[in-house]
Amino acid sequence: MRREIPLFITGVVGIVFVLQYFIPHFPFNKMNAWFSDWFSIVQACAIWLGVLNLLKISFQNIGRRKDDWGYAIVIVVSFLAISIVGFAEGEAFRDSGTSFTWLYDYIYTPLSSSMFAILAFFVASASYRAFRARNFEATLLLLAAFFVMLGRVPIGDVLTSFMPDQLQLSSLATWIMNFPQTAGQRAIMIGIALGIVSTSLRIILGVERSHLGGGD
Amino acid sequence: MVIRSNEQHLRWSVLVIHLVLFSLVLFSSVSGAESDSITAIPALAPPTNVSAIDKPNDGGGSISIRWGLSQDDYDGGLVSGYKVLRATDSNGIMSSFTEIGDATAGQAEYVDGNVSDDSSYYYQVVAFAQIESNGAAHDLIAKSAITGQVQSSAQWFDWQRINVFVGVLILCALIIFYIRQAQSGKELFIRKIAGLEAIDEAVGRATEMGKKIFYIPGTQDMDNVQTIAGVTILGRVAELSAQYETWLEVPVARSLVLVTAKEIVKEAYSKVGRPDAFNEDQVHYLTDDQFGYAAGIDGMVVREKPATIFFMGAFYAESLILAETGNSIGAIQIAGTGMPSQLPFFVAACDYTLIGEELFAASAYLSREPKLLGSLKGQDMGKALILIALIVGILLETFGIWTFSDLFGVID
Amino acid sequence: MSTRTKELIVLSIVTVFCIIVYWFKATGRMHGFQFSTGMSIVVSALIFLSLVVVLILTLKGRLIGRRLVFLYVAIGVSLPFFMSITQEIKISPEVQTLYDGLAELPTGSKVLVAFDYDPPSAPELQPMAESLLRYCFNNDLKVVVMGLWPQGPQQANMAIEAAMRDESIASKNLQYGVDWVNLGFQSGNEFVIQRMGSEFKSMFPTDYAGRPYDELELVQNVHNFSNIDYVFNLSAGFPGTIEWVQVAVDRYGVKLGAGNTAVQAPQCYPYLRSGQLIGILGGMNGAAEFELLTGFTGKGTKFMLSQSFAHMIVLSFILIGNVAFIIDRRKKKSPIR
Repeated sequence: MRREIPLFITGVVGIVFVLQYFIPHFPFNKMNAWFSDWFSIVQACAIWLGVLNLLKISFQNIGRRKDDWGYAIVIVVSFLAISIVGFAEGEAFRDSGTSFTWLYDYIYTPLSSSMFAILAFFVASASYRAFRARNFEATLLLLAAFFVMLGRVPIGDVLTSFMPDQLQLSSLATWIMNFPQTAGQRAIMIGIALGIVSTSLRIILGVERSHLGGGD
Repeated sequence: MVIRSNEQHLRWSVLVIHLVLFSLVLFSSVSGAESDSITAIPALAPPTNVSAIDKPNDGGGSISIRWGLSQDDYDGGLVSGYKVLRATDSNGIMSSFTEIGDATAGQAEYVDGNVSDDSSYYYQVVAFAQIESNGAAHDLIAKSAITGQVQSSAQWFDWQRINVFVGVLILCALIIFYIRQAQSGKELFIRKIAGLEAIDEAVGRATEMGKKIFYIPGTQDMDNVQTIAGVTILGRVAELSAQYETWLEVPVARSLVLVTAKEIVKEAYSKVGRPDAFNEDQVHYLTDDQFGYAAGIDGMVVREKPATIFFMGAFYAESLILAETGNSIGAIQIAGTGMPSQLPFFVAACDYTLIGEELFAASAYLSREPKLLGSLKGQDMGKALILIALIVGILLETFGIWTFSDLFGVID
Repeated sequence: MSTRTKELIVLSIVTVFCIIVYWFKATGRMHGFQFSTGMSIVVSALIFLSLVVVLILTLKGRLIGRRLVFLYVAIGVSLPFFMSITQEIKISPEVQTLYDGLAELPTGSKVLVAFDYDPPSAPELQPMAESLLRYCFNNDLKVVVMGLWPQGPQQANMAIEAAMRDESIASKNLQYGVDWVNLGFQSGNEFVIQRMGSEFKSMFPTDYAGRPYDELELVQNVHNFSNIDYVFNLSAGFPGTIEWVQVAVDRYGVKLGAGNTAVQAPQCYPYLRSGQLIGILGGMNGAAEFELLTGFTGKGTKFMLSQSFAHMIVLSFILIGNVAFIIDRRKKKSPIR
């Protein structure tokens, strides 16, 4: 029963979801909304599982003085600080001028932006290390990257300003993005879409069960 | 005399006519001078051919109102917009009209989504304009004719999506047919997927080095098929790590993934007869925040230096941040994602990458179960059909025949 | 020296550097600090000359470390802030079509702007949001703002505040509820878009600040997408442009324009070619081009020189790596003499 009930629910919900796309009549037109509400509720409640798990592991690390347990203190303190400030300010916690907004603007925003900004550094190091013209295909990729990177910034056109408009790097970059790049993206997207349909159908039919644990 | 008297009459008549004409000219010039200072307010042309129909292919509750633009609605014309008015029908008596919505100039359709299927309605569209004249603002309106009675209703099938329905039926039929064929014992071939072949080697390497394995199932929740595909492969990795007695750590970004991944790892350890080796803390939650999660994993990778890292699931901009950090500590890395824009990053920074559909094929590949392999064959057949449609479409479009590509449209 | 000590030294240097920069900024000493054009060219030449040294080192078989690559990127991104070099920005067709779609909207049209991003992507997407809102407010287009990401409406408020600081917009005395509305965040990803297709109010019974939907004059008569003239999606991932295309465009036929992070934009090009997207702004350069078209110069244009430098540095490293790789391969292939 432990496995049959989830399989049954998955099957029924899956079929209803497919049908609601084609049947606009009640109750099918409301099913989507009901299921998405339920998912949101389950998701919102489940957040506590994650939070409690995070706190449990952090307290364990602090208690057992595991390696780098100092980071666990940072997690607990940050968690408590933002939660207490958020709850203390009530419903208006997002309004400008509140302490929560201050934490959001001056702690959360710069920290998150810094993490995203690291991407620029990693792109450079990965390019230097791994982007090699090893064979014909890799050379083509390299050339495309070269033209697109130069063509997407104004300096590309400055470097080719003596050439006619259509041959300038920005035009070349636009052509690469619009045709070869789009063609490649579409091929991958069609493959992925079919993969999703096939996997979804396997799950709906109960053929695929490994996500429920321990294979079939 | 008679003749003379007639001539005199004629002269008098001509004089009178001249006087009248002169006074007329004089009067008209005066009134012309007046018209320079007081401008006549023009009349506004109303919207034409107003019609209201039940919106087709919907669940009821909507009526579509269409009209022909007012003659004064053109670029630089008088019309500022339209107001849609509605009246209800109660036992054959029409209620008064109330405004229910507006449309900008140039717009000739409005969908009233606030109607009841049990009632009948009448509609009227009013063009409106505001002009400045003689130093004052004037509001102009022009009402259209009233539409006939109309009622909304719900349909049982969306005929606009019939093409999608046929496509889904064909694809599902193919997949089910090949699953059945595989069940009946037919041998099915599956090509070698290097990334999946390397799983054993990657787990083995971690065992030899006595280091951990990290498994990252993406940053999305369980409603994403890529996450499901990711946790499916986790089962296989967990079995191997249990057999080799290598510590497997699964930091996750979603609570529902935490529950699912914990269950999968636990089952995998039991399956290979090592339930005692399973530790609840192997699978743990970090944060839902995309870059907070990336920062957390980067920190763990740098501090704990795992020998092997798996990235299987849906990833966004954090992909390179994670993979490049793993690369910097020399870990063997196997990635798999269905996010086309992240694939180049994984290819650059990982040892093996499962590209798109390979991720979804992993479950069948690893288990070699006929039913799953059959679904892959069905999927390939679907792809073959799409390829044929693409080639036919390209050829017909090249020769200016558009009807074939129209078959695939879903919007009006 | 242990790794921990090295880390502490680097952390101290970075902290001191940040304090100095902050102090300079707070006391206004950094304001107006610019290299002359000649000096800017000299500094740029020096940076690229030093890359020749890196090439020589690489040719000798000594690949430079990751940290040195990072340093080059940091210099390439930050020094151009102080340079006086102007570059001509050229408009891409996809930005032009997006602008044309907006420009043909008559006065009073309703534009729905979906803020589907959070602070990390703000450097790329916020300039787009600001110039879009400036354009809308200046051209008397009505703006309805919403977010499928929890932090989206906050980013929207920041962009609206920035737009409102413009004199031309401030003088219009635009009113909340009449000229613009912030409907706030709603969870449910693509299902939210789907349900908005039948009734906006079901997803947003109140606005961002808790005011009832029916009390907001601008949206009182907005029931579904047929009452919206243009949708603009600012996206950094999921849910984002792809979901708006798949639900709002494919099911309800809305006119959709999008602004994406540079890393995300290539994935949207197939929808551009098929006409499902009117146009797209990709990353910082998309923002700069849009600023040029709308006539509001902002951060997008300001940071373009940094972007050019960063691209040049990454390309230089790719070239250096490949020159070394090709020479090395030839050496291995050549017969032993």
